[in-house]
Amino acid sequence: MKGNLQVTIEVKNLVKKFGAFAALDHVDLKVANGELLALLGPSGSGKTTLLRIIAGLDWPDSGEVTFDGEDALARGAGERDVGFVFQHYALFRHMTVFENVAFGLRVQPRAVRKDEASIRARVKELLDLVQLDWLSDRYPSQLSGGQRQRIALARALAIEPRILLLDEPFGALDAKVRKELRQWLRSLHSEIHVTSIFVTHDQEEALEVANRVVVMDKGRIEQIGTPGEVYDHPATAFVHGFIGESIVLPVDVRDGGVRLGGKALNIAADGASSGASQLFVRRHDMQVGPPGSGAFEGAVQRVRTFGPIQRAEVALSADKSVIEIDAPRDRELRTGDIVGLQPRRYRIFAAQD
Amino acid sequence: MTLEMTLQRVQTADPEDLERAQPLYPARNNPRTEPGPIRIAIIAIAVTFLTVFVVLPLVVVFAQAFSKGIGAYFSALSDPEALSAIRLTLWVAAISVGLNLVFGLVAAWAIAKFDFRGKTLLISLIDLPFSVSPVIAGLVFVLLFGAQGYWGPWLQAHNVHVLFAVPGITLATVFVTFPFVARALIPLMQEQGTQEEEAAISLGASGLQTFFRVTLPNIKWGVLYGVLLCNARAMGEFGAVSVVSGHIRGETNTMPLQVEILYNEYQFEAAFAIASLLAMLALITLVAKTILERRLDEGQPPSDD
Repeated sequence: MKGNLQVTIEVKNLVKKFGAFAALDHVDLKVANGELLALLGPSGSGKTTLLRIIAGLDWPDSGEVTFDGEDALARGAGERDVGFVFQHYALFRHMTVFENVAFGLRVQPRAVRKDEASIRARVKELLDLVQLDWLSDRYPSQLSGGQRQRIALARALAIEPRILLLDEPFGALDAKVRKELRQWLRSLHSEIHVTSIFVTHDQEEALEVANRVVVMDKGRIEQIGTPGEVYDHPATAFVHGFIGESIVLPVDVRDGGVRLGGKALNIAADGASSGASQLFVRRHDMQVGPPGSGAFEGAVQRVRTFGPIQRAEVALSADKSVIEIDAPRDRELRTGDIVGLQPRRYRIFAAQD
Repeated sequence: MTLEMTLQRVQTADPEDLERAQPLYPARNNPRTEPGPIRIAIIAIAVTFLTVFVVLPLVVVFAQAFSKGIGAYFSALSDPEALSAIRLTLWVAAISVGLNLVFGLVAAWAIAKFDFRGKTLLISLIDLPFSVSPVIAGLVFVLLFGAQGYWGPWLQAHNVHVLFAVPGITLATVFVTFPFVARALIPLMQEQGTQEEEAAISLGASGLQTFFRVTLPNIKWGVLYGVLLCNARAMGEFGAVSVVSGHIRGETNTMPLQVEILYNEYQFEAAFAIASLLAMLALITLVAKTILERRLDEGQPPSDD
């Protein structure tokens, strides 16, 4: 219909303020065609605002949004060929499932509107795609959350959008349905391959579903990368702390050495600049050994086991802080054990204010 | 309003609840229930009160209206002055309900779906007719349009009759009944939010398509509810209309004014015949209101989260 179903989205220097609060603070982003991109961040990070501006439901104070080089801001929401799926579905409550999906086709200008038979055929096709054709005569209030979400998706796809935007698509669903829908969305995307962006605050969801993840905080983009990149090579302290479970210790970097609670640690500063800093270590990257064997020493206070791992709370002797580590179960830890801890991998970032 | 609600509650509480609440230790089985004698006393007080203040007057209205037989009743209603009053009342009600439907929809739309400066002020202004005595409302129009009023001389010079004519009566009625539609719609629309409208717009619907296909169907029972109450008040309004009407027989008397005039002239059964029409309107309104309230409750979707 539109020829090219895949479109490149480019966002340049986007600023949006709500009063004194900067929801978007000079954001630049490029989304490649056919990509499935996740906007990940805590609430208030600006991810939903960015999505709504791309959809045309909000307007930026300044900046540019282009689809394949064309100025998108010059067009209204209805003229952008964007399918939007709302967090709370926003299904039309007085219409049947069938009419909900048909809505976008029925409101088209008379000149391009399809005849009734084609509309029925198209709706049937979409309901088959989301595997809910047997619900076409029901009303939204008669559906479960997962069913509503899939109908909302079918409705958004009815207008053959060039871009699909999903705002916290699984946020209101329970854990099990959420898992199913995640896989389903992935396979749907590989089937229709439309450029898609979804917003989530759930890192697991972002890492599992998306090709690329954009991590946002306080209206800024902290890092853009594949799920592997953002997890293994966090660009900033925020990303390290937000994605995956991290141990964070306040350290002091001086003359290429690292100090904790005044005592020098046996690890390299790795080029970190001098001054008050934070040491980030993944819980499972803390290697447990005999006392004196690592950079840290501490007393095990409490141990819990989860399947293949044991999670131990260790009080560090250096500054008395308590950290949680995940260790394999090859060597059982017990309360009261004195252990040495050596980080296999770690990152040092300048302290945040 | 309060009386009607109490009436409903008494009716629903009466037969079933009393039967259900007869176990050995009622107080223990249902901690919210008072002991039997107290319950009976409370219900008796409510029933007596309602009988004296609501049921009895209604019965009296109809008894008086038919006191000289059905023939007298219908001849009182087919009197030219009575017919003129009925016609005028229907006209004024139709115009003011129509206008307030539009005003109410626009005001509720603006308040529920947008944020702007002075929103709180606008909400307070919508309630103004509820807090101002109708007589004052009528006097305001006399001050504006009367011979000694601000616009009076200009209107006279151009031979436009507002006061003591249908336009004045309509204006006063519009003012008094303004809040009903808006008040019925604002909470409903606020609760529904703007997401369905946003969904419609992103699917390519125009503003008008969004309004007629999405917004209006969602609030239709609320609209009917507001129209119903607005209409009841428009037909029954006395104070404001009395001030601006001029009481010209067969011309500017609405039904409530006609009732008063007939009553003052000791034509009791004629007065009560017209009053019985107004009482019937009240009863119909009450039934329709109950039905609409049920539809409104059903219309509420189950919460999403």
